[in-house]
Amino acid sequence: MTAATDVLLPASPDEAVSAFGDGSGLTVVGGGTIVMPEIAAGRLRPARALLLARAGLAGVTRDGATVTIGSMTSVQDLVGLAAPVGPCAANIADIEVRSQATLGGNLCAGQGQEAPRGDLQGPLLAVGASVRSAGSGGVRSEPLEEFLAHRAKRLVLDVRYDEPAAGAFVALDRPHTHEYTALAVSAARLADGSVRLAATGAGWWGRRLPSAEALAGDPEAAGRAALADVEMADDALASAWYREQALPVLVRRALARLEEAA
Amino acid sequence: MNLTVNGRLHVVESPPLATLLDVLREELGVRSPKVGCEQGGCGTCTVLVDDEPRRACLLPVAAVEGAEITTVEGLGTPERLSPVQAAFVHHYAAQCGFCTSGLLVAAHAYIERGGSDDRDAIAQALAGHVCRCTGYVKIIDAVAAAVRGDQLDLTVTAAGRYTTMHSGGGA
Repeated sequence: MTAATDVLLPASPDEAVSAFGDGSGLTVVGGGTIVMPEIAAGRLRPARALLLARAGLAGVTRDGATVTIGSMTSVQDLVGLAAPVGPCAANIADIEVRSQATLGGNLCAGQGQEAPRGDLQGPLLAVGASVRSAGSGGVRSEPLEEFLAHRAKRLVLDVRYDEPAAGAFVALDRPHTHEYTALAVSAARLADGSVRLAATGAGWWGRRLPSAEALAGDPEAAGRAALADVEMADDALASAWYREQALPVLVRRALARLEEAA
Repeated sequence: MNLTVNGRLHVVESPPLATLLDVLREELGVRSPKVGCEQGGCGTCTVLVDDEPRRACLLPVAAVEGAEITTVEGLGTPERLSPVQAAFVHHYAAQCGFCTSGLLVAAHAYIERGGSDDRDAIAQALAGHVCRCTGYVKIIDAVAAAVRGDQLDLTVTAAGRYTTMHSGGGA
């Protein structure tokens, strides 16, 4: 870091959108839990940084069954939400890091050096969330799956989803409080009765499991089918082999828990 | 930038993306927050930002401009320890001391928000703090004692075999 870093500190969502522009050459700092260690270690030397601390993008609002979560909402503030989102938030790090880490950072986390990042991507894919973001071409909304697929330079404003009829979250135990989750599966039964499944830790970002969804009535078969939807990798937390053994088990457990919750 | 640290207002000149940890230690000379992992995983740099425990290594100072920062120096004095500090002394909850200041401010915040003396609840609240001496049992003993408001006679502790605490310190 140098003293020459140009730091923007917008005081409203509109100011944040205008300061972001098309995002080029800009480092966005939300809660700081991902970016600040990179800066402290000298791996990232931003020429321009956008600090969202005062941008007014935090908060959870409800309108009927629709939940809207501002991008600067802390992970800790999601702990009370229904499964799968709330239990996933509770499973992230520790209370202090949860209170600092944000939803937006979780969705925009780049590929981690040692482990997959973005725990919340799984449950939000399962509930069919959409993302409203700003950037080149203005403000747009799109399904989280599309947002994650193109990983474009966007400023996340908020995430919206309809509370599912039932939800479940199951994860492998974490070896240390601060590690990212090695593997987790989220399940949701939507209001129309359809079942959606998604995994965290089965690829560098959250993955929906459509082959497993198609067999949701048969948890054993669904678990095996899920392997067709993912690209497992070795990292510091687990080997690809281990994840391949664990994924069918977690899918089965998530579907069983969904059945109990219904 | 203005920053209030332990009740004293400072004008800070570090660059805006400097970590709060660096500003406290290098610019203001407040050395109780320790530089451990510098990636949020160990808890040794934890300070209170407007009474909430936060990792000072993860906060750009510009994001906390105008905030009230409390470090372990702001919890009590050697002559008048805070309840959780006194309990740490009484229960020998500090060994090498590197994790202690982070644990003290986190435990203080846990007690302030009405935490119970349930050992699992304390362990959950302090889960982000690593003690490499592995003295967790004594740490949880101490926090539970502070939650309950146990009467502690630190003159007995000071005379004990395991402390170098000078006599006269105590609550």
